[in-house]
Amino acid sequence: MIEILTQPLEFTFMQHALAAAVISSVVCAMLSCWLVLMGWSLMGEAVAHSILPGIVLAQIFGLPMALGAFVFGMLAVLLIGGISGDSTLKHDTSIGVVFTSLFALGLVLISRTPSETHLTHILFGNVLGISQADLLQTAGLGLATVAVLLALRRSLVLLAFDKIHAHTIGMSTSVLSILLLTLLALTTVTSLQTLGILLVVAMLVVPGATALLLCRRFGWMLVVATGSAAASAVLGVYASYWFDTSTGGSIVLAQSAQFALAYLFAPTKGMIPRLRQGRGRRAAPLSTFPPLDAKDPA
Amino acid sequence: MTGEPAAVVVSRLSAGYPGVRALESVSITVPRRSICALLGANGSGKSTLFKSLLGLHRPSAGSVRLFGLEPAKARRRNQVSYVPQHEQVDASFPISVEQVVMMGRYGHMGLTRRTRPADRLACDEALEQVGLTELRRRGIGELSGGQRKRAFLARAIAQQSPLMLLDEPFAGVDRGSEQLISTVLKALRDQSDTTVVISTHHLAGVADLADEVVLLHQRVLASGLPEDVLTEEQLGRSFGAVLRENP
Repeated sequence: MIEILTQPLEFTFMQHALAAAVISSVVCAMLSCWLVLMGWSLMGEAVAHSILPGIVLAQIFGLPMALGAFVFGMLAVLLIGGISGDSTLKHDTSIGVVFTSLFALGLVLISRTPSETHLTHILFGNVLGISQADLLQTAGLGLATVAVLLALRRSLVLLAFDKIHAHTIGMSTSVLSILLLTLLALTTVTSLQTLGILLVVAMLVVPGATALLLCRRFGWMLVVATGSAAASAVLGVYASYWFDTSTGGSIVLAQSAQFALAYLFAPTKGMIPRLRQGRGRRAAPLSTFPPLDAKDPA
Repeated sequence: MTGEPAAVVVSRLSAGYPGVRALESVSITVPRRSICALLGANGSGKSTLFKSLLGLHRPSAGSVRLFGLEPAKARRRNQVSYVPQHEQVDASFPISVEQVVMMGRYGHMGLTRRTRPADRLACDEALEQVGLTELRRRGIGELSGGQRKRAFLARAIAQQSPLMLLDEPFAGVDRGSEQLISTVLKALRDQSDTTVVISTHHLAGVADLADEVVLLHQRVLASGLPEDVLTEEQLGRSFGAVLRENP
């Protein structure tokens, strides 16, 4: 029985995979708590997709992948903010235009670049091929992100809750927003190897959404989201070893399963408690769950 | 005149949005330690004026001074508190009443917003003043409209700023909360030397509460003591103008 847990860890690559998966999941989960409350879930997706050309260009010029990815992640953020601030287009429209364009640029660059870049590794991650150096980078960036998030925790919660009050007491809401977006770009880059561009979005949204359904205070949201994400990482990595399935896919499915359980059974906010409470009348609307476009980034 | 600048001085302020003129050459002076009501129908420019006071809207002409300071400087010095309109609050946010009130103290704290005994004391007193001590651990979404309004009033009280702006403090509020809010605002003026500016389209209660009323409809139609401004003729000009424009 215990062998199920120990046998995979006899391989160094499995140790690295497990460590990297847990670290990136926890960092993403922490960030996701703010993203779902800010209404920025789509921003996570946009940043993740937009970094593709950055990765390819970094390889062409022999620069660190993380640097190229970070530059393009920030470029996407600036373009999205610029277009929606400068035109009559809505925020989600400018997100849609910017990230698909940058992603397409990445695809075109890859097709013209004879390199070792494996598109599938970027898109779907390559958690089993993580080197010790990669792992150290993931741990370092992850630790820095968590430290900043925890230190500025209260200010960032105020930013999500009431921008006008934050402004009234003299805080710079734009500086804080940019800081949060910078952390988003950094985290995306960190998690890229574990999950790839396509699935990192799930880690940036699902744990926060699950926690919001289960918790009534933000502090608990952080605990539940990170706990659920770490458990999913462990489950996913072992499942992928024993059942020979995609690691990233297994991790995200574990998260989705927890979300589904929370959605159905969460006390007060879950579907079934709500149906029970509202027997005879219409169940309470989903207003306990802020819509994606509830609050746009400034 | 002691030479200290008035709490609010708005001079010849014009502002608007593309294609819409919201304010035209508005001049208002609110003396310290007074309660001023900005009265106007929907679309009269009240919200734009409030946004200009908070520095959220850039006027096309004219200026705003709070205690003789630019709005940005006044905000950084914690001179302004703001009680938002009902609908501006995300009631599903996972936060308790006392956590909301503590946010009023953030301007007094360092970067990490660590709370000190003085902050907790200010929160306790503010909650007591608005009668929410018993409900302090409730979620903000679990309160009634009037209670939620009082929670945000408590946040502004805890902030201890010399100028308090309240956006529609009586909208969606039960009778009991309305009276409590009026009493608290008067106490703030009399005991804490606070200047209070409220924006409202409700006539009820204004005469009783305000020291000065400004009747607004793009321009200042009338301003002065409530008994002089709140006449049928004046109100007809302000609210009737809206009726004529939006039949």
